[in-house]
Amino acid sequence: MSAGHAHALFVHGHSRVHRLPAQVKLVALVVFVVAVVATPREMVWAFAVDAALVSAAAAVAHLGPRFVAGRMLIGAPFLAGALLLPVVGGGARVVVGGLWLSLDGLWGAWAVIAKGTLGLAASIVLTATTPVPDLLAGLSRLRAPALVTAIAGFMVRYLEVIAGELHRTRVAMAARGYEPRWAWQGSALATSAGALFIRSHERGERVYDAMVSRGYQGRLPQLDAPVVTSSDWVHALALPLCATVAAVVAVIA
Amino acid sequence: MSVPALEVRGLEYAYPDGTRVLRGADFHLHPGERVALLGPNGAGKTTLVLHLNGILTPDAGDVTVAGLAVQQGTLKEIRRRVGIVFQDPDDQLFMTTVRQDVAFGPANYGVTGAGLDRRVQAALADVGMAGVADRPPHHLSLGERRRVAVATVLAMQPEVLVLDEPSSNMDPAGRRELADVLTGLEITLLMITHDLPYALELCTRAMIMNDGRIVADGPTAELLADRALMSANRLELPLGFDPAFARRD
Repeated sequence: MSAGHAHALFVHGHSRVHRLPAQVKLVALVVFVVAVVATPREMVWAFAVDAALVSAAAAVAHLGPRFVAGRMLIGAPFLAGALLLPVVGGGARVVVGGLWLSLDGLWGAWAVIAKGTLGLAASIVLTATTPVPDLLAGLSRLRAPALVTAIAGFMVRYLEVIAGELHRTRVAMAARGYEPRWAWQGSALATSAGALFIRSHERGERVYDAMVSRGYQGRLPQLDAPVVTSSDWVHALALPLCATVAAVVAVIA
Repeated sequence: MSVPALEVRGLEYAYPDGTRVLRGADFHLHPGERVALLGPNGAGKTTLVLHLNGILTPDAGDVTVAGLAVQQGTLKEIRRRVGIVFQDPDDQLFMTTVRQDVAFGPANYGVTGAGLDRRVQAALADVGMAGVADRPPHHLSLGERRRVAVATVLAMQPEVLVLDEPSSNMDPAGRRELADVLTGLEITLLMITHDLPYALELCTRAMIMNDGRIVADGPTAELLADRALMSANRLELPLGFDPAFARRD
């Protein structure tokens, strides 16, 4: 239970990528993704450059290819949807493996898969090298709306607390012989979800009381002063700038 | 006679559904006193605590903290003076790291930079938790979270520390460690507890609350030794525990 959802994505390490400030890595990720998205889909070599850049970042962060590939499975259902494009797409058709497929659809599927995979891989490098609290602090330093970061922070903080309550409820049900196998046997689970919602709402009120008791007046204080060196920016942005150059060359070519 | 650190006079309160919880609570604490607030479930103890820093507004009566009345214009200063440690540390610790949580209070009062860092480090050192500043609160044990919860309030440098059942659900070692922390603090302390040996150990004075009123107020050892008073207020000592034997002078 206390395995730590807040750190479930983080892989402990001391690499140069790990040590970079979160806001710098966030900016680097956004620049990289924009560069990848802006790259024309026909310029396959540019995507190869992007893939090499992400692989280099993963290697510097000591994240193995099997680790990154394993985490990328989360994107499989979304990328699988792209495989329908050659079937349903219009325009000229070509024969591939005995199937009449849309040429435009094939390029579309390639673009979705290539760009989605690269963006996902870059996100995996970010989340594996940055604890969630640091990511939220980074967003805050980048002047993301305080309300948004506060809500995300509370979500991270209380996810485990609520998951723990849900786990205890399920154990209590199982201890009294409740083992639902079919959907129509799940009414007790639905009831417990309602009770969990009420309990979470009540906890919210108690947390608010605790906040007010410590001087909260509607605005969360800015607690982390930004400490970023120019070297951090150079290191973090080197990779996305290479991707940007590749994208620009690809567009011009 | 010194100005009371905390004074409650004729406090009455009913929840919006009409349930009357406080029916004229009266008491005062002198600076530096450590006082236990005892009583059965439903006596109004936690509701009383929520009046001490203006979270709830009484229907009648008033609260003053070191001479300053709890009212709309004074709430910010009152909340700095009265630090409340709530019963469930998961309610008290809502930020993503211990350091942010301890900094939350003083930051709301404009403390920043190195001054804020010093406050955080000093408060965590006071409760023996200086080594966990960068950990998420939910990765700590209950005992550790309780001590950090105390630190979140100490960082505000309050004049009165109010604890709501600080020893509940704690293992013996955690209970002992928290007692060591509390006895080391030079601060006016009001502690709600059902843990009567803990009250005797930490507080020389105790008050018993029942049905929204303070029904007894005196030396903790004397109150705990009064069997009729204890029985009338649904209080029971652990089997074999003799408050006279355990009394500390």
